[in-house]
Amino acid sequence: MPKQTPLYATHVRLGGKMVDFAGWDMPLHYGSQVEEHHLVRRDAGMFDVSHMLAIDLEGTGAHDLLHKLIANNVDKLTVPGRALYSCMLNPQGGVIDDLIVYFFRPDFYRVVVNAGTADKDLAWIMQHAGSVAVKPRRDLAMIAVQGPNARARTWAALPGAEAASAELKPFHAAWLGDALIARTGYTGEDGFELMIPAGRAEATWNALLGAGVKPAGLGARDTLRLEAGMPLYGQDMDEQTSPLEAGLAWTVDLAAPRDFIGKSVLAGRRPGMQTLGLLLTNKGVLRAHQKVFTAQGEGEITSGTFSPSMSRSIALARLPAGCAVGDTVEVEIRDKRLKATVVKPPFVRNGKVLVHDN
Amino acid sequence: MNVPADLKYAQSHEWARLADDGLVTIGITDHAQEALGDIVFLELPEVGRKVKAGEECAVVESVKAASDIYAPIAGEVVAVNQAAVDAPESVNQDAYAAWLFKLKPDNAADLDGLLDAAAYAKVAAED
Repeated sequence: MPKQTPLYATHVRLGGKMVDFAGWDMPLHYGSQVEEHHLVRRDAGMFDVSHMLAIDLEGTGAHDLLHKLIANNVDKLTVPGRALYSCMLNPQGGVIDDLIVYFFRPDFYRVVVNAGTADKDLAWIMQHAGSVAVKPRRDLAMIAVQGPNARARTWAALPGAEAASAELKPFHAAWLGDALIARTGYTGEDGFELMIPAGRAEATWNALLGAGVKPAGLGARDTLRLEAGMPLYGQDMDEQTSPLEAGLAWTVDLAAPRDFIGKSVLAGRRPGMQTLGLLLTNKGVLRAHQKVFTAQGEGEITSGTFSPSMSRSIALARLPAGCAVGDTVEVEIRDKRLKATVVKPPFVRNGKVLVHDN
Repeated sequence: MNVPADLKYAQSHEWARLADDGLVTIGITDHAQEALGDIVFLELPEVGRKVKAGEECAVVESVKAASDIYAPIAGEVVAVNQAAVDAPESVNQDAYAAWLFKLKPDNAADLDGLLDAAAYAKVAAED
């Protein structure tokens, strides 16, 4: 029996096509995934992301715990509300999960982890927590409001939101009573992620609907994040993948003297593979696990889709080191080999296409 | 569920319509298009290709997935719907108007072996 978020009944009422995602009954779309995608690129859409788990870390050892547990460096977080994207690695340097950590005080952080990995993440964090209190916050609902008009519509919908968040820069969060408003997201557009007590989820959702924010499902969320060049855990990386090969070297802090789990393995390794984008030259759709043939050897697509913003197919692919932006490669689709151009993700950000063919 | 009574159906969610000229028009059902979601790409067979019943002969790709299309009966491909290739979303809009290809059947009586609307509606409901 899949789990339901506090907004389950709302999705059903709105005609959401419900599917099992990581053990949760979630809306794939409410009619058209492509229309929902465009809505987020052009106006504002909202996603129920309550299946993700917020975990509060409280206690004097919280800072040191995160120093050890995550590959990015929480020392970068000095202003309360500041957020940081990071991987949490296993001792072999593989990715246990990717997450966002919010800093409030040196003895109080919140991490938000993926739904499918929440249980193992929680167990892993608790195993290392010592005296730090680890509090899974299943009492919270999360709504991501995304798009060029997302902030203005959120302010129109929720009293006090504008005063609390008007000055927020990207990747910063602020409290509005017991709710957290974060200027973060997974679409490549501006917007907020709201963490609110579950009992207020439906009222908040309805207020946003009233302010012209349309619901969008997991289908659009996937095409938006892929256009934005953002990896999806379990698809673009997992426990067998090094973040250095998954296009996430920028999130791994090997320079600072601090030690973290997985560091010694990564520090001594020259990655043989790299993650780059592909643009399919011809018609067709790139899909995960299709083989890529390059002058440097074989690679594989990790995420592929049809890009609604570009009206053509795009992918993230694991390619041999030495393969470079601008190269023409071939992808095996069914019995054919089709040409694709290697590009540097993101493909689309803030409504604009950023990549092109040779 | 939209299952027109005047068509024949395959278990694999294609519809077939026999016209007065003896040709059989093939498409995918409304149930199939809904399950696939937004359709973005069609790969249709070459005109002149001879297909057996149950043979893979086209691919419909949605944002979500690629789906093989099977010839419901044996015959020769005599036409493909270029308008649907150019506007794949037309299959979502009306799966019974946006046909995929036409077959000159080896034996028009083969259509009798396909499902009628009531039988297909049951198949789709259990899908």
